[in-house]
Amino acid sequence: MKDLGQLGFSEAQGDLMEVAKRFCRDQSPIQKVRALMEDDLGHDPDVWNEMAALGWLSIAIPEEYEGGGLGMAEIVPIMEQMGRYFLAGPFFSTSMAAQALLVGGTEVQKQNYLPKIAAGSVATLALSEQSGNWDLTAITARASHTDQGLALSGEKFFVRDAAAANWIIASVVLDDKAALVLISRDDLPEGALRREVIIDETKRAFALKLDGITVPKSALLDPAQAEATLAHIHLCANLLSTAEMCGGTQNVIDYTLDYLRTRKQFGRTIGSYQALKHPSVDAYTGYEKARSLLYSAAHSFNEQGTGEIATRMAKAQADTAYAYAADRSIQFHGGFGFTYECDAQLYRRSAIWHASQYGDAAYHRKKLAALLLPS
Amino acid sequence: MMKHDGVLMGKVNPQELDEFTKEADAWFAANVNPDPGFMMPLTFMEVGTDQQFEFLRDWQNKVYEAGYLGAAWPSEYGGGGLDQAFQDAATEAMRRHQAPIMLNAIGLNWTGPLLMDIGTKAHCEKHIKGILSAEDIWCQGFSEPDNGSDLGNAQLRAVRDGDEYVLNGSKIWTTQGNYAKYMILLARTNPDAPNKYAGLSFFLAPMKIPGVETRPIRKLTGEYGFTQTFFADARIPADGLMGKEGEGWQVAMKTLEYERGVHGGQAGGYMMVPMDAFAVIDLARTLQRDGAPVMDDPVMRDTLVEFMIEAQSLKLCQTRGAFAPLNEERPFGLALSGKLMWTEFARRINEFAITLQGTKGGYYVGDPNAIEHGLWTRGYLNAFSATIGGGTSEIQHNIIAEHVLGLPKR
Repeated sequence: MKDLGQLGFSEAQGDLMEVAKRFCRDQSPIQKVRALMEDDLGHDPDVWNEMAALGWLSIAIPEEYEGGGLGMAEIVPIMEQMGRYFLAGPFFSTSMAAQALLVGGTEVQKQNYLPKIAAGSVATLALSEQSGNWDLTAITARASHTDQGLALSGEKFFVRDAAAANWIIASVVLDDKAALVLISRDDLPEGALRREVIIDETKRAFALKLDGITVPKSALLDPAQAEATLAHIHLCANLLSTAEMCGGTQNVIDYTLDYLRTRKQFGRTIGSYQALKHPSVDAYTGYEKARSLLYSAAHSFNEQGTGEIATRMAKAQADTAYAYAADRSIQFHGGFGFTYECDAQLYRRSAIWHASQYGDAAYHRKKLAALLLPS
Repeated sequence: MMKHDGVLMGKVNPQELDEFTKEADAWFAANVNPDPGFMMPLTFMEVGTDQQFEFLRDWQNKVYEAGYLGAAWPSEYGGGGLDQAFQDAATEAMRRHQAPIMLNAIGLNWTGPLLMDIGTKAHCEKHIKGILSAEDIWCQGFSEPDNGSDLGNAQLRAVRDGDEYVLNGSKIWTTQGNYAKYMILLARTNPDAPNKYAGLSFFLAPMKIPGVETRPIRKLTGEYGFTQTFFADARIPADGLMGKEGEGWQVAMKTLEYERGVHGGQAGGYMMVPMDAFAVIDLARTLQRDGAPVMDDPVMRDTLVEFMIEAQSLKLCQTRGAFAPLNEERPFGLALSGKLMWTEFARRINEFAITLQGTKGGYYVGDPNAIEHGLWTRGYLNAFSATIGGGTSEIQHNIIAEHVLGLPKR
């Protein structure tokens, strides 16, 4: 039988988890989360600068590019705490853009951009298209050679944090092959970005019109690495998404338990009813399973084959667990749960968002079936 | 208080241990009979025929004589006097070779450790060797017909009379009750105690005495393995009292700790042939459903993957205990959830294995066409012994809700 991944946890992960827990809790109380939901930018630039000062953007960037020289495994505990406290900001986008450059960038691009990202410059990825396909190689946006460089066409969706980004790395077809190009903010014409209405109001996503954008030839990432980069991005995104989901699941369970311990009906604390107790336990055990898989995925992420299996298993379980815990949270809050004021909806919306991006539970199980159960 | 010398012994010579492990492997490879010609019980709770019983009793004695059982128990009582690491290696070898179980599970996992913890030297000299050789089979008398999940409410009466206690009442779900020579027994010595727990006492009780009657219980599988045990003015010696009168609940809880292995020092009382989740995949590979290989059916494939994810997550949850920072916020959460998660998983995966079989899921043990002799169907039905016994899954939900999630009892 294939190795499905072991568990491991480093001292660095532990230290980062501790710091991140305090930071996210203090910097992202629920009143602030809700205030930022109404804000156009959607995050607090001061908090972002503090995160950069803590070195969080540099963690998985090699030392030669002025990074911390650690890996994805060390980003996981931070992302988990961000998901737990809905700490808003372009951390996911920027971390993902760094990974794209690391695997797919030319040496010049790495030297140009990675140190800036490590210091806190915002970057993001533009991958999704109208088809809604989770397969990142199913691309219709195009780049064609012109005298000025590469002329782009087509449209991208769900481009996270695009308005705050200095650089957007987009997937296109060039010479009939998948390719990645780096678009600078200055390359964007007026009206290229449209803020999308997305289910998770703590996040920002944009549609990006590529028509009329031309980038210099030097903006093309290494064409030989494009496919490998897209595969890497897919797994990184799912790993970080799983971390966020685990944090969210933990907090929605705690939020619900607080209510079950205080709300009284028919003269009894409602948490004493087994009809509410037992599903709460199911939510909890679902969460623990997801979290064990998450830290196994983080630990084995760089192992060929095993990393993919562990990551897909973790995302599949996290999707199932988060959806259930948040769904029950709405129900268990009764009438209050039906209001905008109750936080249960924030978690349920967040779970829907994460399922919709980079593959839901059923999608990852299908991929796992192909990996684990050859006919 | 005595401790197994195995636990306290310091250094293990890795070369010696390696040698021992190799010998154990060779021994089990040579001695495990994959087809004894009858259905082998997969757990100690499934011993339903004399043939199974006799076979397993001889088997345990053979393993003991070979030095692979009780290897870490004190040699003065009949153990091997080695470090625990040696017994653990032997127990691992049993698992690896899918060896038949060690029959005398209650003796090996509950009574033995208890005697060496709080018993007297005389207790140990009298009982340990017979536990290891399976000459003295032990059973457990905790549950009662009217008090299954609510153990603390046990009502079987024990009244002191000179050097004896007189027992009246009934116990149920006595595993191997009809074969047992002794029972570890939870009985009520003081019905007027300030709370239900304080009225309980814990005894080592002989079974083959006047006033003790066992009636076999036929299980939902059609087989046997448990009895109901009746006590009518049965007189047992007072020196079988463990701890003091009124301390029965604490002693009973201690035995459960040995079961969970908290104290280490296991005899190697390996109680179940391990069920490998991947055995279901091997099964699926051999089966057709509705005219096509199961492995081509997308719904079945998806369900198999779900089970693989679950199996993997449970395995990881077990190893997560070693990483304290990952258990900081609910330190006992995983430990208290393990029983619920594993037993429910086992029940559901056996159930699914029946579904995989298509029409042949309709066969049962005894039919020549039954797939793998009906192992999975019987396994599913027997799986309820674990989702019901030792605190039902519903009680487990309550325990986790109250002790891990902090929800109010009422």
